[in-house]
Amino acid sequence: MALVSVANLTRIFDVSKPWLNRLIERRKKAYLTAVSDVSFEIEEKTVYSLVGESGSGKSTIGKMLVGLQRPTSGSVKIRDVDLARETDAAKIDAVRADIQMIFQDPFASLNPRWRVRDIIVEPVAARGGETKGLAEKLLEQVGLSARDAGKFPHEFSGGQRQRICIARALASEPRLIVCDEPTSALDVSVQAQVLNLMSDLKDDLGLTYLFISHDLTVVQHISDRVGVLYLGRLVEEAAPDELFDDPKHPYTQMLLEAAPKLGEFGRDVPPPKGEIPDPINPPTGCAYHPRCPLAADICKAERPQMRELREAKVACHMAK
Amino acid sequence: MTQSVLSIRDLTVEIPTRHGILRPVDGVSYDIAPGEILGVVGESGAGKSMAGNAVIGLLSPPARIAKGEIHVNGKRIDHLKGDAMRRLRGKEIGMVFQDPLTSLNPLLRIGDQLTETILAHLDVSRSEAEKRAVAALDEVGIPGAAERITSYPHEFSGGMRQRVVIALALCAEPSLIIADEPTTALDVSVQAQIIALLKSLCKERGTAVMLITHDMGVIAEAADRVAVMYAGKLAELGSVRDVLTTPRHPYTDGLMGSTPLASRGKKRLHQIPGAMPRLDNLPDGCAFHPRCPFAQDTCRADPAPKLSDGNGAACWFPLSHAEAVA
Ligand SMILES: Nc1ncnc2c1ncn2[C@@H]1O[C@H](COP(=O)(O)OP(=O)(O)OP(=O)(O)O)[C@@H](O)[C@H]1O
Ligand SMILES: Nc1ncnc2c1ncn2[C@@H]1O[C@H](COP(=O)(O)OP(=O)(O)OP(=O)(O)O)[C@@H](O)[C@H]1O
Ligand SMILES: [Mg+2]
Ligand SMILES: [Mg+2]
Repeated sequence: MALVSVANLTRIFDVSKPWLNRLIERRKKAYLTAVSDVSFEIEEKTVYSLVGESGSGKSTIGKMLVGLQRPTSGSVKIRDVDLARETDAAKIDAVRADIQMIFQDPFASLNPRWRVRDIIVEPVAARGGETKGLAEKLLEQVGLSARDAGKFPHEFSGGQRQRICIARALASEPRLIVCDEPTSALDVSVQAQVLNLMSDLKDDLGLTYLFISHDLTVVQHISDRVGVLYLGRLVEEAAPDELFDDPKHPYTQMLLEAAPKLGEFGRDVPPPKGEIPDPINPPTGCAYHPRCPLAADICKAERPQMRELREAKVACHMAK
Repeated sequence: MTQSVLSIRDLTVEIPTRHGILRPVDGVSYDIAPGEILGVVGESGAGKSMAGNAVIGLLSPPARIAKGEIHVNGKRIDHLKGDAMRRLRGKEIGMVFQDPLTSLNPLLRIGDQLTETILAHLDVSRSEAEKRAVAALDEVGIPGAAERITSYPHEFSGGMRQRVVIALALCAEPSLIIADEPTTALDVSVQAQIIALLKSLCKERGTAVMLITHDMGVIAEAADRVAVMYAGKLAELGSVRDVLTTPRHPYTDGLMGSTPLASRGKKRLHQIPGAMPRLDNLPDGCAFHPRCPFAQDTCRADPAPKLSDGNGAACWFPLSHAEAVA
C-alpha cells in the first residue's frame, strides 16, 4: 500500500472583494481553483516530485498533505488515514507526527531569538516528548556539530540553516517530509550539500519525500517519480528517465525545451509562446490549449482525463 | 581590434568598518566587446553585484571605488559624480535587476516612464519619444504595445514587468547593459523568453551585456565568455565553453561538479567543503585554499597569481584536465 494517496484533490480559494465593494462595483464572487482534481500516490521510501511554474498549485498541495490547509473536495490519505475526515484523535496525532515540512526560506522559518537546540526539539517538546540530547544527536546527523546547539540562527550560513530546518523536521522521527523548494534560495554549492544530505537520510532512515520544485535538473536528480502541474492540474506523471527522455504532454515538452542546458553552448531556444492564464478564469477544456501547438476542437471543449501512455500517465487528448 | 564597450582595470571596492577595511571587489579586470555577453558567476557574497554596481555608480556608501579604472566606450567613468553619472546611466548603460519593481515607478503609467527616460537621454521631440516608447515595448514582445502603454506596472505579470524593465533599459539605446540576476525570480518559460530577448538585442544592436547569475545553464546558453568570482577576486576568466567544460581553477571545477546534470544521473553531487570565507576573515594566501583539494604550501602563503592578459585561472596550480573532480 502506498504511504500517501491523494485522490481527486481540489482546493478552491474565495478571492472575492469585500461584499461592500462587490455591491458598489456590481461584481460577482470570485473563486480561484488552485488545485483541481489531482490524484497521485507516493510509495514508501521514494521521492515524489511536483514540478510546475509559479502558481501551478505545488505549495497548496504540499500544505494539504501536512494538514496546514483543508481540501475543498477530494482526499489525502496517509497510511489510510484521512486527516480531514478522521474522527479518532489518537489516529490523527499518530499520523501528524509522521509528517514534517521544510520550507524554501531557511531564514524566515527559524525563530531568530531561539537557540538552535530549542528550535530543533520544539516539535517534540510540544507533544511532551523526551528531548535530552536530541538536538545534539540530530545536529551531528545533518553534518553540523553538537556544539552548535547553543548558538542562534544568525550565526549560520544559508546552507547550515537549511540543515537546522532538516534537523528540526527529523526530530519527531517522521516517515514523510514535504520539502517545498528546499534549495531554491541556495547556491549550487550549498544546494549540493543539502541534496546529498537528503538522499543520505532517505537511505539511512527510510524516509519518503514529497519534493516540490520548479528546477527540472534538481528534480531529475532526486526523484523516483515526477508529477507535472499546470494551473492546478496534474498533466503528466512518470519516472524521471521516462519523463525527461520521452515527455508526452506538450506542456512538459515546452518546459523541458525551455530549461537552460549546461552542455548546449549558445543554444537558441525558440522562446515559449504565451503566458500562464488567469487562474480565476481558466481556459475551457484543457487549460493548456491556448498555448498548445497541437490543440484541436476537443481540447477547447473537454478536459482531458489522465490516461496511461507507454510508461507514463498523461492528461492530453492529442498525446501519442 | 574593436574597442571594448566596457573595460575594467584593477577595480577595487572598499568598505571601511570598525574592524578594518573590507574589499568586496579586489583587483578585478575584464573587458566586454560590442555584441558580447559576459557571464559573471560565483557563490553568494562573491562580489558580483558590487562589481556591477560599481560600474553603474550605484555603490551605497560607505562602499566606494578605492582603486582601478572603469572605461565605457573609451571614456573613463569611475570618477564621475552625481549628475554626470546619472546622465551616463540610462544613456550609455542600462540596468536590469532581479526584482522588476525596483526599476519601475508603481504610480506612473508604463508609457510615461518610457517616454520620460527617452526624453531625458535622447534629443527627440515628445511625439517622437512616445512613438519610440511603443516601439520599445513592441521590441521586447509585449503584445498590443500601443494599448498597453497606458497600463500601470501592477497590471502586468512578473515576466511582462521584467520585459518592460528591459524596454526601459534599452530605450535610450545604451551600449552596455548590466543585468543582475534578471531571470532568477521568473519561471523557466519566461526565463527562456527573457534570455532569448537579451541575446537577440545583443546580436542586432551590438549591445554589450554583463549577465550576473547563479545559473550555469543560463550562462552556457547565453554567454560568450564567463568570469568566475570568489571572495571579491576573479578566479577564472575565459570563453564559456573552455571555462565550463575544462575549468582550470579548482573553484570553478567544484562549482561545476556540484551542479546537478542530466548526464550525471543520480550519482552523489560533488561538495565543495566548507563555505566562502567572510570578508573580515580572509585566509592568508589564496582565499580558496582552505576548501581546495589541491592546496599546497605556496597556496597557503602567497596570494593567488593574477590572471595573465585577462584569461585563464588565478591559481598557482591550475588543473590540467586529468585530475579534475567533476
Ligand atoms: N490563501 C490563498 N488565497 C487565495 N489564493 C491563493 C492562496 N494560496 C494560493 N493561492 C493561489 O493559488 C494558486 C496556486 O498557488 P501555490 O502557492 O500553490 O502555487 P505554487 O505552485 O506553489 O507557486 P510558486 O512556484 O510560485 O510557489 C495561485 O494562483 C495562488 O495565487
Ligand atoms: N554595507 C556592507 N558592509 C559590509 N559588507 C558588505 C556590505 N554590503 C555588502 N557587503 C559584502 O560584500 C560582499 C559582496 O556582496 P555582493 O552583493 O556583491 O555579492 P554577490 O556576489 O552579488 O552575491 P549574491 O549572489 O548573493 O547576490 C558580501 O560578502 C557582502 O556581505
Ligand atoms: Mg510555492
Ligand atoms: Mg548579487
